[in-house]
Amino acid sequence: MIYRENGQFKTTYKTDQQIFPILQDRWAVLVLIAFAFVGIPLLVDEYMFRAILIPFLILSLAALGVNLLVGYCGQITLGAGAFMAIGAYAAYNFAIRIDGMPLLGALLLGGFTSALVGIIFGVPSLRVRGLYLAIATLAAQFFWDWAFLRIKWFTNYSTSGSVSVSNLEVFGWSLDGAVDKYLFCLILLVVFALLAKNMVRGAIGRQWMAIRDMDVAAEVIGIRPMYAKLSAFAVSSFIVGVAGALWGFVHLGSWEPAAFSIDRSFQLLFMVIIGGLGSIMGSFFGAAFIIVLPIFLNQFLPWLGGLAGLSISVATVSHIEFMIFGALIVFFLIVEPHGLARLWSTGKEKLRLWPFPH
Amino acid sequence: MAFFLETLIGGLMAGMLYSLVALGFVLIFKASGVFNFAQGAMVLFAALAMARFSEWIPGWLGVANPIIANILAFIIAALIMFVVAWLIERLVLRHLVNQEGATLLMATLGIAYFLEGVGQTIFGSDIYKIDVGMPKDPVLMLESVFEGGILINKEDFYAALIAAALVAALALFFQKTGTGRALRAVADDHQAAQSIGIPLNRIWVIVWCVAGIVALVAGIIWGSKLGVQFSLATVALRALPVVILGGLTSVPGAIVGGLIIGVGEKLSEVYLGPLVGGGIEIWFAYMLALVFLLFRPQGLFGEKIIDRV
Repeated sequence: MIYRENGQFKTTYKTDQQIFPILQDRWAVLVLIAFAFVGIPLLVDEYMFRAILIPFLILSLAALGVNLLVGYCGQITLGAGAFMAIGAYAAYNFAIRIDGMPLLGALLLGGFTSALVGIIFGVPSLRVRGLYLAIATLAAQFFWDWAFLRIKWFTNYSTSGSVSVSNLEVFGWSLDGAVDKYLFCLILLVVFALLAKNMVRGAIGRQWMAIRDMDVAAEVIGIRPMYAKLSAFAVSSFIVGVAGALWGFVHLGSWEPAAFSIDRSFQLLFMVIIGGLGSIMGSFFGAAFIIVLPIFLNQFLPWLGGLAGLSISVATVSHIEFMIFGALIVFFLIVEPHGLARLWSTGKEKLRLWPFPH
Repeated sequence: MAFFLETLIGGLMAGMLYSLVALGFVLIFKASGVFNFAQGAMVLFAALAMARFSEWIPGWLGVANPIIANILAFIIAALIMFVVAWLIERLVLRHLVNQEGATLLMATLGIAYFLEGVGQTIFGSDIYKIDVGMPKDPVLMLESVFEGGILINKEDFYAALIAAALVAALALFFQKTGTGRALRAVADDHQAAQSIGIPLNRIWVIVWCVAGIVALVAGIIWGSKLGVQFSLATVALRALPVVILGGLTSVPGAIVGGLIIGVGEKLSEVYLGPLVGGGIEIWFAYMLALVFLLFRPQGLFGEKIIDRV
C-alpha cells in the first residue's frame, strides 16, 4: 500500500524519462546512497570494510562493465580478468613512470589503456559470435596472464614478479584508512553507475541492445555493427580496467598476475548471470551474492561440523565450499535463469498490487 | 632436420591427446547444444576415481594382479561416470531446456565446480598415480635415415594409439549402430528427431555417458603422464582452441584441429619461445585458433553459419 504510484502524473517528457519514474524509488535510492556514505562508516568495523565492503564495491564496478558487454551488447566474454589486469598494470606503470601522476589520473589512464586493448580484442567479434567468441576472448586472458608474468618491463623489473603501490592520495585526501578507501571506491562506483545507466538509456545503449537481440536485423535498420560492438568493448573494458586498477591499488596494495586469473573472469561472469543480464541493478546483486557466499560458507561449515561433532579440515572445507558453490549456481540458474534482478522486479510488481493478488 | 621431425612427431602425439579431450566437447555440443565447460572437471573426476579405486581394490578384494585391479577400477570408474551423466541430465539439463547459451555455459561451469569439489572431498586432493603399464622409456627411430635417429617417447606413442583407437570406435558407433544413428539425427535437428519418435532425454543421457567414457580415457592417459591432480581439470582449457579451430560440431574437426594445435604449440615453443621469453604454448594455441576464426568463423569443418532475419 505504501509502494504505489497513483497520483504521480507525468506532465513533461523530462519527468517521463527519469531514471526512477516512481517517487518512492527515487527516495529509496537517495536514502540508500546517503546511508552508504554516512551510515555505514559509522556502523561498520575495519574487518568488514576490508573483507567484504571494498571488494564488493570494486567487483560490482567490474561486473557493471562486464554487464554492459555481455548483458546489453550480447557479446559473451571470458576474458574480463585480463582487462582488470591491464587496467591495474597500466595504472601502475603510469604512476611510477610519470612523476607527479595523480592517483585518479593513473586510474583513468589505466582504464583508457584497457579500453584500447579491448577494442583490439573486440575485432574478432565482428566475424564470430556466441560460444566461438567466448572462447576467442579466452585468448586475451591467457595472453595477458603470460605477458604480465614474463615481460619484465610491465612489472618494472621487480625480482619477485609482484608490484606494489603506496601513499595513495587524491587531491590531498590520503587514502590510508579503510573508511577512506571505502568512500573513494563508493564515489567512483556511484559516478560510473550513473554514467552507465545513462549510456544504456541513450542512443548507444539502444544500438547495443539491437545488436544483442538480432545483429542482422539491427544492421538492416541502419546500425553499424562494427561501431556498436567495438564501442561496447571499449566502454566495458574501460570500466573493467578502472575496477582492476582499484582492485590493485586500493584493495590489494601489492599484487601479482594471479590476482587476475581466469577464475576472476569466471567469477565476474557468474556475477553478471546470477545478478541478471542486461540490468545495472543486477550487477550489484550478483557481486553481493558471489562475494558473500564463500565467506558465509567458510564461517558456516566449520560451525556446522562442530555442531555434528566433526572437525572438518581446512582443505575439506574448501572442497565442500566448491561443491556447494557449484550446486547453488546451478540451482539459481534453474530456479531463476534471468537472475536476481528479475526476482527484484517481480517483487516490486507484487508490492504494487498488494494486498490484492492481481 | 631430425630435430624438426622429432618436434613435429611430439606435437602430433600431444595433439592426439588434445583431440581426445576436444572430442568430449564436440559430442555434447552436437547432440544437445550445450557447451560443456565441465569436461575438464569430468576428466579430473574420472581420473581420480580410476586412480583411487585401482589403489583400493587390491586391499579390498585381495587381488594382487595389477591388471585385474586396473580393469575392475576402470569398470567402476565407468559406472560412476554413467551415474554422473544420468544425474546431470536429470537434475540440471532437463530443467534448462531452451535457455540461452550463456546460461547453459554457466550451468556447466557450476557443474564443474561441483564435480571438482565432490571429487576431491571423496577421493582426496593429493597427487595420485595411475599405472596402467605404459612403457616410459623413449626409443630411437629411423636411425638409418638420420644421424642419431629420432627420439620418440614410447608412452606418448601408445597414448596416441589408444586415442586413435577410441576415435575409430566412436566413428563406428556413430555410423553403424542404431543408437549412433539416433544420436546423429538429434544432432541434426532436435524437433525432427523427436517427431519421428527418438526420445531426446535418453539420447542426452547416452551422449553424456559417451562423453564420460571419453573423459575417463583421457583422464587415464593424461593422468599416467602427469599424475592425477587438480591441474588435470585445466587440460580442458588447453583443448578449447582445438574445438574452435576444428568447429564445434565436427568430430573430424576435433581430430584435425587437435593435430594442428599440437604441432603448432610444440613448434612455436621450440622456435619462437626463446625469442620472447618462453612459456608461450598456453596462449599461442588460442592465437592460432583466433587467426583461423577470422578467416573461417565456423571453424575448419563446422557447419556453415547462415543468417536469417
